[in-house]
Formats: sequence, C-alpha cells, structure tokens
Amino acid sequence: MTLLPFFEWCENTAIGEAIRNSVWLFPIIEAFHLVALALIGGAVLLVNMRLLGLVLGGRPVSELARDAHPWFVGGLLVMFASGVPLFLSESIKCYYSVAFWVKMSALFLVLVFTFTVHGRVTLADEGRVGPVQGKLVAVVSLVLWAAVGWGGRWIGFS
Amino acid sequence: MSLLTLCEWLESTRWSIALHESVYAYAIVESIHVWALCLFVGFAAMLDLRLVGVTFRRVPVSELASRLLPWTRVGFTVMVVSGILLFYAIPVRSYHNVFFRLKLVLLVLAGLNVWLFHTGIYRRVATWDLDVRPPRQVRIAGALSLLLWVAIIFSGRMIAYNWFDCGRPQSDLMNVLAECGSVVDPYAVP
Repeated sequence: MTLLPFFEWCENTAIGEAIRNSVWLFPIIEAFHLVALALIGGAVLLVNMRLLGLVLGGRPVSELARDAHPWFVGGLLVMFASGVPLFLSESIKCYYSVAFWVKMSALFLVLVFTFTVHGRVTLADEGRVGPVQGKLVAVVSLVLWAAVGWGGRWIGFS
Repeated sequence: MSLLTLCEWLESTRWSIALHESVYAYAIVESIHVWALCLFVGFAAMLDLRLVGVTFRRVPVSELASRLLPWTRVGFTVMVVSGILLFYAIPVRSYHNVFFRLKLVLLVLAGLNVWLFHTGIYRRVATWDLDVRPPRQVRIAGALSLLLWVAIIFSGRMIAYNWFDCGRPQSDLMNVLAECGSVVDPYAVP
C-alpha cells in the first residue's frame, strides 16, 4: 500500500485548488508561516539556550519554560493552520520531495520529544535535573528543530 | 554614479553571477537567512512581548534586555550579511522590486523605533524595570516593533515574486514606485 492516493486526494481538495488558482494566497499564507516560525524559534531558542547556560543564567529554567510555553503553542497552532493549506496546494510535489519527508519525520520526533522528555526536564524543580542531562535535551531539541526548518525551506527548492 | 548603475556594475561582477547561477549557494544563503530569523526576530519578539507586558513578567526588563540583546545582535549580523549576499546575487531586480524597497523603508522605521526607545524611556528603566505592565510609552514601542517585524517578514517574503516587475503591464504608480522609467516593456504593442 502506498500513501500516494491520499496525497492525490489532498491535492484535489477545494482548499488546495483555491490556493493553486490564486496568485496571492500561497505567498500570504507562507508569510504567516514565517511569522509563526520567528515566534516558535524565539521560544524554542530561549528555553534551549537557557538549558545550555547561554542566556539568563540567573533565572530558573522552569519559570522561563512556563512563560515561553503559551507562545510556543500559539506559534505551533499558526504553523499548522498555515502549513496544512500550503501542503494541500502541492501535496503531490511534497509526496516526491525528500525534504518534505525529512521535515515531517523530524517534526513528529521533535513534537513527541518536546511534550515528553523536554517538557519534563524544563518544568522540573531546580536541582532535580543534572546539568549534562539538561544540555543533552537542549541539543537534541535544537538538532531536530533545525532539521524541521531545513526540510521546510528545502521543500521550496525541490 | 547613480544607485542603479552601481547595481548594474555589481550584477556584472564575477561573484554575483556565481551566486546567481549556482544551484546550491543561493538556496543555502537563503536558508541561513531564514534560520537567523528565528534568533533575531524570535528574541526581539520575546523582548517586545515583555515590553508589552504579556510574558516573562517576573523577569526585570533590563535583565531580559541585557541577556537577550547580545544574541539578537549576533542574529542581526547574520541576517544582514546573508541579506546583502541575497541582494548581491540579483542587484538590479532587487533595486526595482517594490517589496524590497518597502522592506528597506520598514527596516529604517524599525531601527528608528529601537533608537528612540534606547535613547528615550529605556534610560529611565530603573523606575519601571519590575513593572508587570510597563508604562504606556514602553508598551507602544514594543507593539510597534512587533508590528514592524511582521510587516518586514511579509515584504521580505514577497520580494521573491515578480508581480510588479518592470515591463509588466501595470499602473503608472507601480512603475514610478519601482523606478521603471528606463526599462523597456517587453509586452508593449509597437
């Protein structure tokens, strides 16, 4: 069994067709996708760079993580709300794009990681997480997010 | 020498042609531009949101600013260097591109906002450093900055499109804004 029929169905949806037939829709939706990227990027970098000891050393990780969380989730929602229509407009191209599959695999992994291991480490009380453990978690998160970003940008070049 | 002739000269240089014609170089520089966006606009947005008074409320503004700004500057430097390279790859088209022009104007406004903030109310930060909801003037500066960066991202994204390129059948206003005067219209009926 292959996923191709599903991708074909996606491409034929009314939303996909409307975006393909419009000059403005794709770029406008993509610009929203970019704005949300900046928001997510800011929240993710802030918390991970704190775990790495690069910013705001005097502040508890859990406090920063709690403050950043709603912006991360908000950014993620805009990412999905803009990313899904973009995908619907060129599903078959995505199906054959290696970058798309890299992005989706990395996205799946990083979301699972963020809402399990990463979340537990960042919200844990100070002192319960070893410094090495925290840094390792930050590096894994950053590498996965970088793969998501790289894959995303490269879909456009494929 | 006019700016346009400077752009024309830039476009004829070897490295401009190399960047423009390379399969990967342009894409890689553009990816770096997008990555640096996370660091630069992302951190700027976190600070702006604090100025507006909606997040990191227990962190003093001066602490957040002093810790985030060095990284914001790193992001800004990468943004400018990669941005200049992207411009250098297609100088003449960028010169005539209305979104590129709009982006430059918005960048100047954003810079002005930063300068006014730092030389103005931020000098008295000690008096409102711990405010969960900073003074009105501070909140306006933060909100203005957020709005400008969103507009800059939008105009930057739109540079890639040729909707208002010179030579297209379009209104005189657009031709003036893009300074198309000397460009021959390939669609013109002789």
